[in-house]
Amino acid sequence: MSFERTQEKLKILADAAKYDVSCASSGSKRSNTSKGLGDATGMGICHSYTEDGRCVSLLKILLTNYCIFDCAYCVTRKSNDIKRAAFQVQEVVDLTINFYRRNYIEGLFLSSGIFKSADYTMERLVAVAKKLRLEENFNGYIHLKSIPGASDELMKEAGLYADRLSVNIEIPTKEGLKLLAPEKNREDFIKPMVKVKNEIIQHKSERKIIKSTPKFAPAGQSTQMIIGASGESDQQIMWTSNYFYKKFNLKRVYYSGYIPISYDSRLPQIGTDVPMLRENRLYQTDWLMRFYGFEVHEILNSEHQNLDLDVDPKLGWALRNMEHFPIDVNKADKFMLARIPGLGMKSVYKILQARQFRKLNWEHLKRMGVALNRAKYFLVCDSRDFERRDLTSPQLKSIILQNSTSKYHKVLSPQLNLFG
Amino acid sequence: MLISEEHILSYDGTFDGFLTAVFQVFEFKLKTVSFQRPESVQESLFGNTIEIVTDLEKADRVWKGIKSKTSARGSYRLYSSFLSEQSGIEIVLLDYMQQAFKSTVPIDSDFSNATVLKLSQIAKSVGREKHRMEAFVRFRLTNDGIYFATVEPDFDVLPLISKHFKSRYADQKWIIYDLKRGYGLYYDLEKVEIMQLALPDGFDATKTNRDYFTASELEFQTLWQDYFVSTNIKSRKNLKLHVQHVPKRYWKYLSEKLR
Ligand code: SF4
Repeated sequence: MSFERTQEKLKILADAAKYDVSCASSGSKRSNTSKGLGDATGMGICHSYTEDGRCVSLLKILLTNYCIFDCAYCVTRKSNDIKRAAFQVQEVVDLTINFYRRNYIEGLFLSSGIFKSADYTMERLVAVAKKLRLEENFNGYIHLKSIPGASDELMKEAGLYADRLSVNIEIPTKEGLKLLAPEKNREDFIKPMVKVKNEIIQHKSERKIIKSTPKFAPAGQSTQMIIGASGESDQQIMWTSNYFYKKFNLKRVYYSGYIPISYDSRLPQIGTDVPMLRENRLYQTDWLMRFYGFEVHEILNSEHQNLDLDVDPKLGWALRNMEHFPIDVNKADKFMLARIPGLGMKSVYKILQARQFRKLNWEHLKRMGVALNRAKYFLVCDSRDFERRDLTSPQLKSIILQNSTSKYHKVLSPQLNLFG
Repeated sequence: MLISEEHILSYDGTFDGFLTAVFQVFEFKLKTVSFQRPESVQESLFGNTIEIVTDLEKADRVWKGIKSKTSARGSYRLYSSFLSEQSGIEIVLLDYMQQAFKSTVPIDSDFSNATVLKLSQIAKSVGREKHRMEAFVRFRLTNDGIYFATVEPDFDVLPLISKHFKSRYADQKWIIYDLKRGYGLYYDLEKVEIMQLALPDGFDATKTNRDYFTASELEFQTLWQDYFVSTNIKSRKNLKLHVQHVPKRYWKYLSEKLR
């Protein structure tokens, strides 16, 4: 491959792909059995971090940034005056293999603008994955974008070679989509999602009977929503998210604070701040739903349509539901422990294990590394010493905020530091 | 024998050597002991130095014993904390083992126990270093067709990462060389071996010199550096977070940082 040409293309097509925030490379269990290259059995590794603090795990590029559509929120849109480029299938294969061999990446995340038609584009994405698997014996991670409107046959083939497939719904509400991407309709996004979901279920049940049934998208499906481009509420976002988790068994929903890229009057103007704190709160809510046993309507409902920016959603919930507290750490079950503000799941499991040996007191909790500065208002343990003042929610909130200013100003990251 | 006398167990610095020393402690019911590695030899005026000769059989007996008393996680925790090379780590390990042998239930998850907690914390930082190495190793293709990486980990983690790299890079020869400790892992397409290199005079591990590395090596490094720049979103810049994830001491061997 000609170095200069490839270099130029890589710059353009990596730049255009960076707005997709998904970086996960875990959950695949594709092992290296035939002494080939790579394996994707583990947790997924962040090989580096960008200067904005995001994990670099996959070579994330577009196959091309030519596109026949004109979605207002997208840099690749047809009417945008930018440099265009297109990779050849073999170029992407070579880049992936050579980056992988040097331990730069866990694999490839390939997306694309839509050129000619959905199927024509999807076909090429599939060709890259197929080549990597069959010709290069590559067992690293492959994430392909499902192109809205692609045929069932192509989606089926894609799932045979890819670990993960994703369709970005981008705009959380139907109305927003109509406004910002009038040429697109929701059904086009949903159709490939349904196909992949059904294939995953079918392959899984066949594998139970015939072990040699090939794996189908073993790391599942994900999607992404843009936050703050269409005036939606947090409730609308998270209820949509919840719907997609439940309905399509999605592995992940990503939330991407809108980065102003256009002077289009339908959108926040260039220079507007990226809503990073809001994005972080949405991720926290997402975690509460997936790992902490919260139902979405407990956190967001018609009385409470937007998340507090000054406190995290778990603390917010606790302050609105003081009747559940204090919780006894020596008696409460996992789900109630998980609801104590300041307590992460790791601490919850440590408590569950350690309390089998003895009743826990403050000293024990402290030694185990449980962060007590906020938890102490919400729990009792084996000690006569506990918060006795009958504080109202606003009083408690202001005490906690005063004591944790440093925490509040802490560096924000969408993927990590969720409840640290 | 004076009961209160301190015994200094001088061993070769290996894990087996340490386990042999532990065997002696149990065998002779030694009460007050301290451990000494070759690099930390100091003449002690008080106390009685015992030279430990590493004995694989004895080491094995101790290890089997401890494995029957702890979970797989617990024994891994012991081994990986040993690799922290922290001064005094042997005493903590010995304490842990003695408690484990005494207790009727596995003590691994007793996080309100100070020794268990301490060891799990040390093991955690070793584990973090292991993950960092799995992430931050950067191979460069040499003229001999070997993918070569140099590292200087905070702890002696090469033994812990060997398996990961072997299963991942099964079809290429590779070397991961710890410059700080002067040894490396070499995978020859069959097995991983411990090796020592006589590095050429004036060899600068941070430079990609054509004398040693292929012509395309520099091109791929450039492409990777470009990628690293292009994939960054400037309006979200957060250098503090960046440095928190990739502490500066690791930059030296990260291709994307060599500009
Ligand atoms: S179809 Fe995709 S790439 Fe094309 S403008 Fe819309 S969002 Fe962008």
